[in-house]
Order: sequence, then C-alpha cells, then structure tokens
Amino acid sequence: MNIHEYQAKQLLKTYGLPVSDGIMVESVSDAETQAKIFNKSLMVVKAQIHAGGRGKAGGVVLCKSVEEVKAAAEKILHKPLITHQTGIEGQIVRRLYIEDGANIDQEFYLSFVLDRAHGCMTIISSREGGTEIEEVAKINPEKITKTLIYPTTGIMGYHVRHIAKTYGLSDKDQIKQLGKILTKLYQFLIDKDAELIEINPFVLTKEGNLHLLDAKVSFEGNSLFKHPDVEALRDKNEDNELETMAREQDLNYIKLDGNIGCMVNGAGLAMATMDLIKLCGAEPANFLDVGGTASQAKVETAFKIILSDKDVKGILVNIFGGIMKCDIIAHGIIAAAKSLLVHMPLVVRLQGTNSSEGQKILRDSGLNITAIDNLDEASQEIVKQVQAA
Amino acid sequence: MSILVNKNTKLICQGFTGKHGTFHSEQCIAYGTQMVGGVTPGKGGQTHLGLPVFDTVFEAVDQTGADATMIYVPPPFAADAIMEAAHAGIKTIVCITEGVPVQDMIKIKQNLKNFPDTVLIGPNCPGIITPGECKIGIMPASIHQVGKIGIISRSGTLTYEAVAQTTALGLGQTTCVGIGGDPVRGLNFVDCLELFYNDPATEGILMIGEIGGNDEQDAGDFIRRQTELGHYKPTAAFIAGVTAPKGKRMGHAGAIASGKGDSAQEKIDYLRECGLVVTLSPAQLGQAMVDAMSQ
Repeated sequence: MNIHEYQAKQLLKTYGLPVSDGIMVESVSDAETQAKIFNKSLMVVKAQIHAGGRGKAGGVVLCKSVEEVKAAAEKILHKPLITHQTGIEGQIVRRLYIEDGANIDQEFYLSFVLDRAHGCMTIISSREGGTEIEEVAKINPEKITKTLIYPTTGIMGYHVRHIAKTYGLSDKDQIKQLGKILTKLYQFLIDKDAELIEINPFVLTKEGNLHLLDAKVSFEGNSLFKHPDVEALRDKNEDNELETMAREQDLNYIKLDGNIGCMVNGAGLAMATMDLIKLCGAEPANFLDVGGTASQAKVETAFKIILSDKDVKGILVNIFGGIMKCDIIAHGIIAAAKSLLVHMPLVVRLQGTNSSEGQKILRDSGLNITAIDNLDEASQEIVKQVQAA
Repeated sequence: MSILVNKNTKLICQGFTGKHGTFHSEQCIAYGTQMVGGVTPGKGGQTHLGLPVFDTVFEAVDQTGADATMIYVPPPFAADAIMEAAHAGIKTIVCITEGVPVQDMIKIKQNLKNFPDTVLIGPNCPGIITPGECKIGIMPASIHQVGKIGIISRSGTLTYEAVAQTTALGLGQTTCVGIGGDPVRGLNFVDCLELFYNDPATEGILMIGEIGGNDEQDAGDFIRRQTELGHYKPTAAFIAGVTAPKGKRMGHAGAIASGKGDSAQEKIDYLRECGLVVTLSPAQLGQAMVDAMSQ
C-alpha cells in the first residue's frame, strides 16, 4: 500500500528524521493563505500523487513568493499530471505539499527494499541521486551499492561506514548523522512493516547536514492488519474505482486495457489465462482471481465488477474445480448470469472434479453460454465471438 | 520413488480442529496419507477425526513420531507455528496459510538455518503430494496419477492444470511441490530441482514460474550446469504474466515485476537459453513436457 510524500514525511518526522517543514493544501485559496503564514524565501510546491517522475512532469515547482505559489497551485491542482508511471491519462492532483526549500550541495540515493534472493531487507545507496535508480543501474551499475541487513543484528556500524564510502562522506559529524538516519529509518520500517522506503534525493545541504528531500514509503499488504493507523492513510482516489470495489469484496482485480473480461480461480491461472487471450490475438480487460472456492456469491460479485468495465465485450470464465466441484460452480455461474442479465458473449471453461456434469448443466441452462472443457478452444472461442460481434 | 514425502511420512496438522484444518485433514486421510494426530493449543487430550489432539507440537512428535506437519493457522500465528514445528524436530513443514507478514518470513528464513535437516514448503502454497502415497495440502486428489514427472510451481490452480495435463497424457507424477506465491519462502525451484535430479523415478521436470524475483533464472543456471556435467533431465517450463503490467501486484504477494530480469518475457528468454522447453500457453504444459522428453 502506497502513501503520499506528505504523509510519509509526517511519519518520519515522528522518528526524529530530518525532513523539511511543510503544509498540505487541497485548494488554490488554501495554498495562498498557507503560503502567507508559512512565509519562506524559497517554497517548493509538490503535487501529491503516488506515481513517481513528478519533477520531470512539472509537478514540482520552486517558488520565491506567495504569488508564485498561487500560480503554481492554479496550474497543477485538480488537473491530471502525466508522468512515465501514470499512463497516458495521468493522475488527478488533489493535494499539494508546500515545503521549505533546501540549499542542496550534493544529491544521493537511499532506499530500503526486500532482497528476495537472500530473504532479507537490503539498503541500496548511490552517489547519483535525483535521477531514477533504474537509469543509474543501466548506465553506471558500479555506482550502486547494496548492503544486506541481517534481521538479528539490524543496522550496525559497518553498514554506516560502508554507505558513507559510497557517498564519499568523510566528515565525522556527517557520518554520525548518517548512522542516526539509517538506524531510525530501519526502526521505522520494522515498527510499521514498510516494504519500501525510498529517499531520492537524499541530500547534503550547503550547511553540511544530511536531509531527506523526498520520501516514498509503501507498506507490506500482509502486515496491514497490525497497523490500523497506516491503513487509515490509504487514499482511495489513487486506486482504480473497480479495484477498490473488488478489494472491499475480498477479490483480486486489476483493470487492464483490453476488451475480454476474465474470471479465474487462482492468481497464477488468472495471469496465465490473460496470457492465453493475448496468444489468441486479443487483449485481456482485467486480472480477476475469484479465489480457490469460487462460491456463487463471489462469482456474482466478480461478474458485477467485470460488467462495470464499459470496455468489456465478452467474458471468459476459467475455473479449475478442485475441492469445489464443477457442478456446484456451474449452478453458481448460471444463477449469477441470470440475476445480472449478462448479455454479451460468455464462454465458460470448467475443468477438474465433476467437469462433465458442470458442462452439461451449463449447456442445459437455456442461457447463451458456450461451455468448453478444453482451455485452448475456450480462449479461441471467446476471441472469435468478440471479434465477430 | 519420490521426493520429500512418501507412504512412510507421518503427518500432523497444526490448526487441526479449525474449519480448514478439519476439512483438509479429512481429505488427506481419505487419500491414504498416514495422519497421526493434530495440534490445537488448549484442546490437548481431545480426539478429532479419530486422532489425538495435542497442545504442543513437542508432545505430538513425542507421542506419535510425526515427521511432517501441515499448517492452517491464521497469518498472525503462522510464524509461531512454523518455528514450533522446526524446534520440535519436524522434518517437513508445509505452510498453507496465505498472508504471512514478510518480516516474519525474513526471521524464519534466518532461523531455519539452525535446522539443517528441516525443510519448509510455502507459505501461501497448495502443499505437496506424492501420488498414491501421501497428500499434504489442499490439492484435489483425483487429478493425480502415479508416474514419472516432477512438478514444481509457484501457483495453486496452475499446478492443478499441469497435473491434469500430464495425467491426461499418461505421464503421471512422482511428486508435485507447490512452493508458494510469496516473495520470501521456504523451498525454492533450485532446492526442488536438486531433489528431483537425485530421484531416479523422476524422468522429467515441469516448472511453473511467474513474474517477480529471479528464482527461475537460478533454476535455469542449475539446469545449464547439470547439462554441462552430463546430467540433463528433460525440463519444461511455463512462466505466467506476459501480459501483467509492470509495477502491479498480480494476486500473489510475490507476483510483481518491478526490477531487472523479473518480467515473464525475460525469464522465458533466459530459460530457453539454458536449454529448457518453454511453452507460452497454459493449455500446452503437458505437451511441452512431452516435447522436452522427446528431444
């Protein structure tokens, strides 16, 4: 789960980490009023959206007066900001963060991420800050240092010395600052079950202080049950409306750009079904995992969500019935299709326990459902029907 | 032959008297798995499904000689259950539970290094089955057939797809291991490959991977090395998620393409370079296995 920069900075501030003072505003008039009170010689207006690449896209503006803050707010607020991470339609900016400017001497990169191969967290650091770390990795991979954190010992002196070398820091006081920052960030990560903390840029100011100029934090989904305070920071506006609706119904749904809706049980099979539609020459409209049991209630909710996507021109249901038998699933599909008046091509592939009974129930239903037990044929059929329609 | 579990495996269930524990224990017993009891703290001394219930895994091991466990406890208690099993001397720990916090798994992964004879399968997995001998987990029994293919998979229903297709083609399976969809887990592809390479009954291996991480590449490296040593076993693979958008988590906690080499296409290309037969269709898993075996 992602949060906004201003939320991340408020949290990090409670850990005594060096972040700039700032205020979050939601309207142009608010921006003007608050900027007057804030009254700094250099103020930075930053668009608050979850996607990265805001700076290059014009979402970060340096302002020297209240008038400039107002002008920046008028330009950015309530409009879509298009960055390389948002897609072509962009993301509407609903909040701005007005921050005290900093005198930057050097820009570094710092992040804490999971190293899957070693099964522990790792610190990624680089002297090349301010640009995307993926770009640095491509052009100058030798400029990136990875330092694993072993869970029993956490951040130790050697982590600090090693990363200080990466940054080229030799001043004793600055190394001490770095030690405090690394220790506190890791403590925050452990306390709140963050899965990513990215400080880019992590700066050395002209006054000689290390400072967290940007902060991107995301939290690990499996641990949210421990942190209602973190869950409360969720901004539903940042998620696709259908995805939010699905999550609230305990379904895994992700909207894609195609026109063939998919309903599948199991995440791996759901992805594989999308891949198969593509292989048949069409594009999937979504990822949707109805869960291992595919109960009637779940199937009905899943149909509702798929049908709410106006791009969908046909639906492929692919269920591997295991513990839940295919004949029972077939009854569920029929009931859901009837109650929701599904009026577009619907191909159902049932495989597994009692699959032939399941197929027969679907064929005898009197509904316009094409029942096929072969996966290849089922995906070819839905693509054919949609392209013919 | 088989790997990890067989007809001599003595199984207990942690979370035995709960809804899932009860249902799946019944299914495992019906399959013929040698189930010897279960653990639910506070219910020690009772009998459930005709088997003894214990308060602790220590007691269960002491009194039944259990050497395997399947875990159905809710996510906040999974770490406790896994560590208790390891500490009590269980050799094969199968954690079905989905939603275990990553920080818990990080600690478990480190701690399990103290137990070199113990293997963890999962979490967030369907379990492991040696057809005809021992089923530990939630997979539907009827699709399996005693045979010669070893299956390793990060997904649940996609594993069943692989099983059903190899059964339909008459190949059957030696053992099927669902290693799970989480980013930090117990057994990995390479661990299972090593075991299957040492199992003479396994004549071919089918690997089901997906986006996220670089474990499939490690598996590719292993196979390339074995081939160079003259130990090649026919291996086919499928990688789910060619159409998955970058940076989006596709259901499984570990299924997210965000870094170098962790997209489906990169994995497919790499595995082909390593000499595997990689199919692009989930409907051709069995056929890919046949193709690999006839090369």
